[in-house]
Amino acid sequence: MEYVSPEGLRLDGRRPMEMRQLRAEIGTVAKANGSAVFEMGNTKVIAAVYGPREMINVVNVFQVQNRSQQINDQALVRCEYSMANFSTGDRMRKPKGDRRSTEISLVIRQTMEACILTHLMPRSQIDIFVQVLQVMERNISILNVSAGTRSACINAATLALADAGIPMRDIVTSCSAGFELHEDSAGGPDVTVGILPKLDKVTLLQQFNLTTHSSFYELLLAYLVHFPFIMDAKLPVDIFENVMGLATEGCKAIANYIREVLLENTKQLEYRGVCNSYVSGSI
Amino acid sequence: MRGLRLPLRQTQRIRLQRALEKLQSLSCKANSDASVTVADTIPVNYEDAFLNCLRGHGTTDLNGDLVATVCGVVERINKLVYVRALRARYKPEVGDIVVGRVVEVSQKRWRLEINFSLDAILMLSSMNMPDGIQWEATRAEFTIIPSADNGIRRNFSPFLVKRDLSSIGKRFLSLVALLSLLFNYLIVRVSRRRTALDELNMRGIFEENDVVCAEIRNFQHDGSLQLQARSQKYGKLEKGQLLIVDPYLVKKSKQHFHRLEQFGIDLILGRNGFIWVGEHVEARDSMVVDQANSSEQSMVPEEKNQTHTPLEMRQNICRIAMLIDADLILETVELSSTVKIDIHDMLGSEFHVLVAEREAERRSLMGKRKR
Repeated sequence: MEYVSPEGLRLDGRRPMEMRQLRAEIGTVAKANGSAVFEMGNTKVIAAVYGPREMINVVNVFQVQNRSQQINDQALVRCEYSMANFSTGDRMRKPKGDRRSTEISLVIRQTMEACILTHLMPRSQIDIFVQVLQVMERNISILNVSAGTRSACINAATLALADAGIPMRDIVTSCSAGFELHEDSAGGPDVTVGILPKLDKVTLLQQFNLTTHSSFYELLLAYLVHFPFIMDAKLPVDIFENVMGLATEGCKAIANYIREVLLENTKQLEYRGVCNSYVSGSI
Repeated sequence: MRGLRLPLRQTQRIRLQRALEKLQSLSCKANSDASVTVADTIPVNYEDAFLNCLRGHGTTDLNGDLVATVCGVVERINKLVYVRALRARYKPEVGDIVVGRVVEVSQKRWRLEINFSLDAILMLSSMNMPDGIQWEATRAEFTIIPSADNGIRRNFSPFLVKRDLSSIGKRFLSLVALLSLLFNYLIVRVSRRRTALDELNMRGIFEENDVVCAEIRNFQHDGSLQLQARSQKYGKLEKGQLLIVDPYLVKKSKQHFHRLEQFGIDLILGRNGFIWVGEHVEARDSMVVDQANSSEQSMVPEEKNQTHTPLEMRQNICRIAMLIDADLILETVELSSTVKIDIHDMLGSEFHVLVAEREAERRSLMGKRKR
């Protein structure tokens, strides 16, 4: 299978350097404190945020976390990732609870924790639920899907958190970029990056290889911070830097888009509600 | 879906759009580009920026810049700069009137969900019991502690009593003690001490899922929130509906309890966005009266329906009008009755458009008056 066709187009019709089309919508879940749908190309993800609210003891839903994890001076962030049964071409039997979704939950949680100002909401918890409604291509294996959904999930979660009015250092955005090693190879390594655009920090860096899928830790860039980087593939440094740069650019583009959406939403809320301030002035 | 998804006819859509545009243009005049999103830099006056400017809620300092941490509207009060988050959970202030739902009955306290990041605590000791006031003789002492909320005791000056006592010789002291015991027995009204029995009967006052109205008393040093319900107007709310809107829509005002006389309805606008619409209750403190009332009131279920369903409409109003105000609600209810719209249609599109138009008109009038 080839990633780029002889005409220079990818499977979904994009050019090699082209980013997927973005679409975001805020306020899609009525009962949630904040919610959003985020689409990157054909990948569609819905996120709902509940909280900050009083800590509840739910051991079953979030397997590991319970009271013992309670931290007294900051909020606890929880995340649950799942894929809808109908999200892939063939119906999934087990939408959540497998190793992959546990891992992605953890990744999203760590990324979000890095940007939420948790110390402002002591003794409370924030629940983030992310569900993949639709993944990109139906004929590609699940592993291939992970990079795109991962970034879409993070972007959706960011939007939902901002909608819930939870104070954050910055908006986290994520994007992935791949590299084709040889003309005839079946897909090269693939890097998912999450950044805080304003602070110019990297909070997430994951690398996968579709073919070898070896677990090999390598390469820590000096300016990277915060979190362990998961390196599942070998990649020469210079190529890595290229790919990384591409992904970072993508992140910034997404950040711009997300901010536009948020600003539009805020203005909408405001013009329907701003009366508060100016009527009180006239009385 | 949070936004309204109503099936609108073409004309309705155009009318709604026009009304909304009008609203938008009005608010744009009021404050232009004050809205920020997460990580936007807030422009401050650089001369006095970091010496004098106070960083308020929703802001943080990043490399010498003032940066927003939430989406909202920048507000400036003298030197304080803060971001008023629009859609967020409720931020309590002492003295706010809130409506909450009981989630847990535990020892000596109820835990109430009030849309804050923690549950609020209502202590058994910080609320008036139905039979809470009692004449007490056992606590009689020579000094009488003055209290403002007790009418009877205010008439007697505690200083007078003190002076009397001091001028009396030792021989009579025992007699005076006896007298004052009697005296205190007559005049000292204290709220009853909470006994273990009261604790056992807590579920008789509020149970889980009861809707309760209370006032915010204070913050404990650990950040938890205490409520109080020391007056007759607070307490359990029955026979009505609870509407939940975003807290930023409820403006703080002097009056949060409203009695809509023409409908016989009590309206409580909780600052946390919980709005109670219920039957008017005369005396909340004594159970006996309450029961008598309720049997009387339940005689007219028809009328109750008539009045309650229109108020369900409020959510629609909030979406558009946003300024929740007793006058506004009244106006809308009037509107609904003048156009003779069916109760079921009130949540429909036509009325929605009508309300939007009315609101746009109202605000433009208000703007003119201001100028």
